[in-house]
Amino acid sequence: MENYLILSTLLFFIGLFGIVLNRKNILIVLMSIELMLLGLNLNFVIFSIILDDIIGQIFALMVLCVAAAESAIGLAILVIYYRSKGNILIEQSHLMRG
Amino acid sequence: MYLTLILLPLYGSITASVFGFLLGSIGASFITTFSIGLTFMFSTFAFYEVCLSGCPCFIQLFSWFDSELFSFSWGFQFDSLTSIMLIVVSFISFLVHFYSIEYMSHDPHLPRFMSYLSLFTFFMLILVTADNFIQMFVGWEGVGLCSYLLINFWFTRVQANKAAIKAMIINRIGDFGLALGIFCIFVTFGALDYSTVFALVPYYQNTSIVFLNTSWSVLDLIGILLFIGAMGKSAQLGLHTWLPDAMEGPTPVSALIHAATMVTAGVFLISRCSHLFEYAPKALSVVCIIGAMTAFFAASTGLLQNDMKRVIAYSTCSQLGYMIFACGLSNYHVGVFHLANHAFFKALLFLGAGCIIHAVGDEQDMRKMGGLYKLLPFTYGMMLIGSLSLMGMPFLTGFYSKDVILEVAFGKYSDFGHFAYFFGSSAAFLTAFYSVRLLFLTFLSKPNGYRVNTLNAYESSFKMILPLFVLALPSIFIGYLTKDMIIGLGSNFWQGSIYILPTNFNIIDSEYIPLFFKLLPVGLSILGGLSSFYFYTYKSVFFFKLKTSSVGLKFYTFFNRKWFFDKIYNEIVGQFLLNSSYHLTYKQIDRGLIESLGPYGLTSIVSYLGFVLRILQTGFFYHYTLAMVISLIIFLSFFRLVYLLNTYNLIHILDLRLGALFLLTLFFLIHSQNQKKIK
Repeated sequence: MENYLILSTLLFFIGLFGIVLNRKNILIVLMSIELMLLGLNLNFVIFSIILDDIIGQIFALMVLCVAAAESAIGLAILVIYYRSKGNILIEQSHLMRG
Repeated sequence: MYLTLILLPLYGSITASVFGFLLGSIGASFITTFSIGLTFMFSTFAFYEVCLSGCPCFIQLFSWFDSELFSFSWGFQFDSLTSIMLIVVSFISFLVHFYSIEYMSHDPHLPRFMSYLSLFTFFMLILVTADNFIQMFVGWEGVGLCSYLLINFWFTRVQANKAAIKAMIINRIGDFGLALGIFCIFVTFGALDYSTVFALVPYYQNTSIVFLNTSWSVLDLIGILLFIGAMGKSAQLGLHTWLPDAMEGPTPVSALIHAATMVTAGVFLISRCSHLFEYAPKALSVVCIIGAMTAFFAASTGLLQNDMKRVIAYSTCSQLGYMIFACGLSNYHVGVFHLANHAFFKALLFLGAGCIIHAVGDEQDMRKMGGLYKLLPFTYGMMLIGSLSLMGMPFLTGFYSKDVILEVAFGKYSDFGHFAYFFGSSAAFLTAFYSVRLLFLTFLSKPNGYRVNTLNAYESSFKMILPLFVLALPSIFIGYLTKDMIIGLGSNFWQGSIYILPTNFNIIDSEYIPLFFKLLPVGLSILGGLSSFYFYTYKSVFFFKLKTSSVGLKFYTFFNRKWFFDKIYNEIVGQFLLNSSYHLTYKQIDRGLIESLGPYGLTSIVSYLGFVLRILQTGFFYHYTLAMVISLIIFLSFFRLVYLLNTYNLIHILDLRLGALFLLTLFFLIHSQNQKKIK
């Protein structure tokens, strides 16, 4: 069972590092977020098995929905961003610095 | 009558200052002089009643402070010591008022001048008639204030301003000591009126008090602190530098303040506190040594001064030294006797100097006078009487007090007594020398002044020379007339206002000192006078060569520059204090420490932190993500850290005080960075 947990944590942190280390592409950011959510989902499922409790799986389903909605909205924002900027590079989008 | 006597000068002063513009010069002069005249008349009555008839008078007026155990009222005490001071002060003051009418007649501010003179007299009367230390302090500070106003009378002159400020500040140093002394008295005795304190003194002989982290015998401490006050007012060595500079004021002021009245306050204080000083042998020895050193120092400095008034000022300083060391040798009555005698001939000398200065067109430098004895014969005669009296020539007033002082000094048969005797005797020689030098350079030498001054020199009018004549009489006779009464053996004159411990009483011993030592001071005085006359008349070339030789020039500079006291005070003490008050207290503390901890530092730290936090927000969201991750890690690991520290008992590392310290260092760090930026 621990191996599964390690896998899910690894997936989560790969997603996190994808966000932090990525300096170019918004698309990759969205993908990384999906990856994190997937790691999270896996974690829910694994714990639901370990604890023998159905609530974890219900949560996993909920997160799937939320992830789908979030990626839909995120992609919509991306499209709008592309429409106004002409590219999807995040390097150039630091207009709101302090 | 007793209260009228005190309040009349105040009345004159207020009238002359408030209604001066209505009364004009003549009216103001008349009112003030008349008031002081009445005061003098009442003083003589008081003298008759108190001293001669033996009826001391005590008057309690309304209450001043009333607070639980500490309550006392305005009280006036007229005993022998007070009466003799009263008569001296009011007599000299009256003559000075009278003299000023003519001397200052061309001054547009005559009412103001008269008002200050009267106010000064009033405060002096308050000082001498007080029956407690606080009221005495009122008079003490009042005469200090009036000396400021009077020295600074010609306030447009920078020198007068500087001299007045100097007088005020150096007096204030002494006043600080006096105030501490009064505090000590209150702490020790719980009372401040003379009668209570002096009655309690013998019971405190072995009491000690902690002052400046040192244990002192309480009476010695009080004595020394009171003496510091007397040092300031009476211009003793160390705090004497204001007196010669105070000659910037008009000459009558010098005659009133710096000869007869204000400077005698110190001697008066010591005599008044004789009950206390008698039980404080260490304080007495300090008084004696400083007095003797002052007498010698001032006489040697007066030797080579060229300003006429400064010579007389230094002779005042020197004579005050005599009085003080007489008091230090427990002969307070002798000190006060010299005080009274000295007031007459010193006022005579100052007023005479005023006549001379008036006659030669306000020239004060003796080197530019000379040959005035034919032009000012009367003034010459008066100055001669004053000088001879000052020199202690036999059968003049000065002789009776000065010689007694030196005799009791030798008759003490102690180290201090002999120290004082030899210093005093050599000072007597120097006194005679410079007195004759003054007379010679002013009157007897060939005319050295400007031709126009000599041509226009004239004897002053009747109003100015009358006071001289009036003062000359006591300068000749008063010593002889009152000697037996005031310092005679077994005289009941003092009626307990001065107390001398029987073991300290030595005026009988002093009658039986060896003849040689009795004659020595007079001999030295006569020798000093004659040698001065001889050298200046026949050997002036020798003097000139002596002065211009390399060694002689150094000596001349040394004495002429007052032993470099002013130089040392200004350049070492004064400059040091000024520099440290600018660089240390102002720049480092006020504008440094307090500003960097206070408003300036606080604003700079806030703005700096704001700046740092602002540049954290780059606008790149992957930076934000990183910050979130790091904060999350810190947040999560904090609990683990606390847990670990708890396990190993190291929890106190996370002390809030450390955080405060960190914040404080941040202040200085940021402040220094800002300083660098400014540079």
